[in-house]
Amino acid sequence: MRIVAVADRRAPLTATRWFPLTVGALTIVAVGVIFEVLLRIGVLNRYIIPLPSEVLAAFERIVAEEGVIERTGTSAFEVLTAGFACIAVGVPLGVLLYRFNILRRALEDWVAALAAAPIVLAYPLFMVLFGRGSMTVIVIAFAYGLAPIVLKTVEGLSETRSVLINVGKSLNLSEAQMFWKILFPSAIPSIFTGIRLGWTFCVIAVIGVEFLVNLGGLGQLINDLAERYDMPGTYASIGFVIGISMIFFIILEWVEKWLQPAR
Amino acid sequence: MAATGALTMAAPVPRKVRERRETRQVFYVRLVVIFAFVAVWEFLSRSGWFFADIIPSLVSIAQALFRLLVNPAFWANLQVTLLEAAAALCIGTFAGVVIGILLGANRFLGAAFEPYLYYFSPTPRIILFPIMIMWFGVGLASKIALGALASFFAVALSTAAGMRQIDKVIIRVGRSFRATPWQMATKIYLPAMRIPVLTGIRLGLGNALITVLLAETKLSNQGLGYMVNTIYQRFDIPTLYALLIIVFIIAGACNAVLGYVARRAR
Repeated sequence: MRIVAVADRRAPLTATRWFPLTVGALTIVAVGVIFEVLLRIGVLNRYIIPLPSEVLAAFERIVAEEGVIERTGTSAFEVLTAGFACIAVGVPLGVLLYRFNILRRALEDWVAALAAAPIVLAYPLFMVLFGRGSMTVIVIAFAYGLAPIVLKTVEGLSETRSVLINVGKSLNLSEAQMFWKILFPSAIPSIFTGIRLGWTFCVIAVIGVEFLVNLGGLGQLINDLAERYDMPGTYASIGFVIGISMIFFIILEWVEKWLQPAR
Repeated sequence: MAATGALTMAAPVPRKVRERRETRQVFYVRLVVIFAFVAVWEFLSRSGWFFADIIPSLVSIAQALFRLLVNPAFWANLQVTLLEAAAALCIGTFAGVVIGILLGANRFLGAAFEPYLYYFSPTPRIILFPIMIMWFGVGLASKIALGALASFFAVALSTAAGMRQIDKVIIRVGRSFRATPWQMATKIYLPAMRIPVLTGIRLGLGNALITVLLAETKLSNQGLGYMVNTIYQRFDIPTLYALLIIVFIIAGACNAVLGYVARRAR
């Protein structure tokens, strides 16, 4: 009890992790309030920036009238389909590059270049190839999210500690046993880092392409509302998409951290 | 002694030979991959399985590439896009470095605002384009603003992380010489964190370029993104492929140049 008391005395509220985060959130709220006041007294133009209170009120409207939940489902389906396809193709490709060193030396730089290439810009081309539907969105997201998973799989397998490989050798493991019992488990944290990066790219691609070609889920909603000049609705839907993307990234990062001690 | 000398001399040779053999194999693998790609592409192009021109022959793409490179409109549009991306990167970098130094120097500010920046940074920025159009109009300014926003996060987060990694001894050296805040910034902080800042700028450039291009495809009347859109609407597929190849090369070259600068700075 005494120890707890000492700990309490040493860790005042201001020293906790939540205090600065709350200050950050309150600052964002304060900025909203300042905008509300400036808009109401006419310093800022209401036709360009809607009242923050109207934006908050619009959240209910976009859920009730614009089918946000169904649209989230559509976008989530596209992200997950592309994401799992990236894993299904990317991890075996990574294993292949690790297994055959010549292949790795020949192609790893090309895969890295693919990761940096602005693939989303080729969306008109993908529309020509795959039609104007969900398939196009999924294929672009797949192409965008694939490279990090391949690269991180190769990296994870290559960084297996030599002591673990030596244990496997001393137990006379076959190549398959070596892979499933030693290499793959040790590479899982790195592979998941690749999956987190790849899926983040998938989210960016799916929402971006939906917005650009006015197709499908959440991206289309923003485009629709902006074209209808529904400013509070546009801001609310952008806020919703940013919020839901942030939650998705936080969950991915949480799983990644949870896998880390296995290293 | 002579024998030992001969042995030690002989040892590296097989490794060299092996390395040379491997380099040759790497070259062959790349050649095979390129050849297979070209062969499959040409086969699909001539197979008649797709609608006409969806997978054009590589010859027609090469011809389109040549036509594009001698077309003055292409160079004018390229200039607009590069101008927008450069302006966006300058604004984003300046704001990113200033905010990054503030967040990195002050532990409380970092803890209060950095998590929000960190989780906001990977969200799809292009969806902010309607807001940028409302604020800055349909011209170049809205693309520059969106590109600046896209590059800001990468630079700010890298700078803040770099600021925290600076060796405390160097900072104390600066203080013991009674350096002014300006001298501290230019002689101590910025040189000490040049690598993370350059990494941030490199990521920021990629973000700015792609965001500017995408915004141009959405709503504009100039720039390479606008060209992509008009070529698509004309259904001139070989030229679309050619233009995308050029854009990919430009993006790759920008990335390579900044990567080279970052390596030289080490």
